[in-house]
Amino acid sequence: MPQCPMHRSISSFILKDCIMAKIGVFICHCGENIGAKVDCTKLAATMGEHPGVAIAVDYKYFCSDPGQESVKRAIRENNLTGVVVAACSPRMHEATFRKACAEAGLNPYMCEIANIREQCSWVHNDPVMATEKAADITRSMVEKVKRNNNLQPIEVPVTRRALVIGGGIAGIQAALDIANAGQEVVLVEREPTLGGHMAQLSETFPTLDCSQCIMTPRMVEAAQHPKLRLLTYAEVVGVDGYIGNFHVKVKMKARYVDTESCTGCGDCITKCPNKKISSEFDCGLGKRPAIYTPFAQSVPNKPIIDKANCTYFKNGKCKVCVKVCQLNSINFEMQDEFIDLEIGAIVVATGFQVQDNSVYGEYGYGKYKDIINGLQFERLASASGPTSGKILRPSDGKEPETIVFIQCAGSRDPSKGVRYCSKICCMYTAKHAMLYAHKVHGGKSNIFYMDIRAAGKGYDEFTRRAIEDDEASYLRGRVSKVWEENGKLMVRGVDTLLGKPVVIAADMVVLATAMVSQPDAKDFAKTIGIGYDEYGFFNEAHLKLRPVESSTAGIFLAGACQSPKDIPDSVAQASASASKILALFSKEKLEREPVVATNNEATCAGCWGCVLACPYNAIDKKDILDRSGKVIKRVASVNPGLCQGCGTCVSFCRSNSLDLAGFTEKQIFAEVMGL
Amino acid sequence: MSEPFEPKIVAFVCTYCTYAGADLAGTSRLKYAPNVRIVRLPCTGRISPMFILKALQKGADGVLVSGCHPGDCHFTHGNYHARRRWTVFRALLEFTGIPLERVKFSWISAAEGGKFADFMNSVTEDIRKLGPFDQYQRLINETEAPATL
Repeated sequence: MPQCPMHRSISSFILKDCIMAKIGVFICHCGENIGAKVDCTKLAATMGEHPGVAIAVDYKYFCSDPGQESVKRAIRENNLTGVVVAACSPRMHEATFRKACAEAGLNPYMCEIANIREQCSWVHNDPVMATEKAADITRSMVEKVKRNNNLQPIEVPVTRRALVIGGGIAGIQAALDIANAGQEVVLVEREPTLGGHMAQLSETFPTLDCSQCIMTPRMVEAAQHPKLRLLTYAEVVGVDGYIGNFHVKVKMKARYVDTESCTGCGDCITKCPNKKISSEFDCGLGKRPAIYTPFAQSVPNKPIIDKANCTYFKNGKCKVCVKVCQLNSINFEMQDEFIDLEIGAIVVATGFQVQDNSVYGEYGYGKYKDIINGLQFERLASASGPTSGKILRPSDGKEPETIVFIQCAGSRDPSKGVRYCSKICCMYTAKHAMLYAHKVHGGKSNIFYMDIRAAGKGYDEFTRRAIEDDEASYLRGRVSKVWEENGKLMVRGVDTLLGKPVVIAADMVVLATAMVSQPDAKDFAKTIGIGYDEYGFFNEAHLKLRPVESSTAGIFLAGACQSPKDIPDSVAQASASASKILALFSKEKLEREPVVATNNEATCAGCWGCVLACPYNAIDKKDILDRSGKVIKRVASVNPGLCQGCGTCVSFCRSNSLDLAGFTEKQIFAEVMGL
Repeated sequence: MSEPFEPKIVAFVCTYCTYAGADLAGTSRLKYAPNVRIVRLPCTGRISPMFILKALQKGADGVLVSGCHPGDCHFTHGNYHARRRWTVFRALLEFTGIPLERVKFSWISAAEGGKFADFMNSVTEDIRKLGPFDQYQRLINETEAPATL
């Protein structure tokens, strides 16, 4: 009698697991992809002799319609109890074949994939070794599938309310798309106003339309939308739960101004005596009072008090704002408040920061006033900026006659920890050169660049216009040093096309600074439970095929928090996230994989090791009562709605009571034994 | 001269990082040693030390465990549990006399197909140098009667 490799002697499981098993093994050639390296016919013959295998066949393409039909037919004709498809990665076609099994009347979780393409035929050269390995992989999956159990997908309810974190263009777009589809949205922004970085920009490439002109109507629309609840000056501090059922805690930071009664008249702002505070919105180029709105079109247009700089908070005296406010909206006693939200899905659109240029000591950023970064140039060029749109030197307010732009000031420089391309700098530097040419006639712009990366609709034409129409002089090379001499900024670099070092006397230097992740991005990722890369940008579930989903189900990404992006890309990703969420909300209930932990209450000793181990707080303590209602035992109980199926608790369990459906101890031991 | 020794290595990997990294090595058509057999698990947190011992008992010459980088775990911190368990398990391995070099631990993300291929090669080379692992098998043969059904 054929012997099961798992069992050395008869046990109670052997009958069901092995003797009664009728497994079908389907070996796919995948055209030449597998067939060229793995001898599929021989593999089928080997597997056919394996105990418990009722049928083993090979075929050119099992994922094709006739291929799937033949699997279904085999299941019906042979009354198969399990199916192993030896083909590509389960990440590709597990769902396909599980569906085929279900259509043939077999529980879909009785189907397993043996990965003999990505992890065998594609990576090995020797056909003999590859065939041997493929046989091992397939055999181990057969042993596993013999011990699979019929599982049913878990249904969970969906809270039809989305949360969007971040009120920049990506966040606003996602929130509006969801709200316009008739679903509730909560938009949380940690700054006092919506707008993000886009509100700071002057004109936008490649059309040179004014950023605020296209941005502020979207901000107002978001604030007035009946389906959209706007929480500004608020931060998400905790996320629990799971897809469809998140519990979110939001901290409403104290504004010290009652937004209900305040009309935004601005009397307090004009009367505030402390007006010498560096404006964050103007990137330090302008000043603001201690009670302020970040910019004129802020949404909501209600001021906040900057506690750190307010004279009253510092000295206990002043209260000028209280005296001038006719509506008594100022409240110095205001405290931070916490609100709890029930949320079904989340869009993370927390944006980016510009890199701190002081990492380049040789460029003298911070040392010389007239060396600024790209975002500061945007504020200079913006009509709402500190100079009302005139390009003036921060040091003496004179018009610069020559500007040097330095591209890749941070990007593509491994020595400064930024290996990636920030993607937008080539375009905005070309734009800056154009704006400068339009505003300062006769102004000379020199641009040091490494490569001009202008991929995008109308982008290359745009950079050509900067060069050809607006006479920007592009020098291919890096800058080694910037220093001051006779009131000029001397820029020493190299023109590699001429093969010569150059020194340019400039009035202003603009650094095309790298886009980096928010400084607290990693901590935030841990708060909400998503992954991030080495730079602090959030990880997508799949770089190519699932670019807007995070690795956590129900949490989506939009904008530059995922990677450096320009406005069109951010908007596209935001709309994609919104449509994913709308698809999620289109159902009453969600189905999810039944890969969850289960507990054997008879053997559970109640040591609570699992409770400590569980990352999702999915394990509770449950009382077992006798008939009189007396507690006779306390055991662990897994909430299948919260359990995500990592199985950490299972390997913690001292009494072997916990197990993970789909990856049971028995299945894995069998898999190992089959290898 | 005899054939070079081809070790058999069992890898316990998480499905979100290292398994995806192995798939990436495949889609990138990187070539590596065919000695490793992968057992896919949801998370490295699922890996019980018993799996490793079972693999060695079954005749594996080496075992490797690989998951997401610290901080990157799909299940937020399953890999930290795996790492802690591994630290304790090392002591047990030493106690039982199984050479520590036979069990490897590593972090390979879904984006690191190249690292996966290199790691497979280096582990295979290391285990090949150590030679076949037969201590366990000898022990079993001495203590257990032959299996019958």
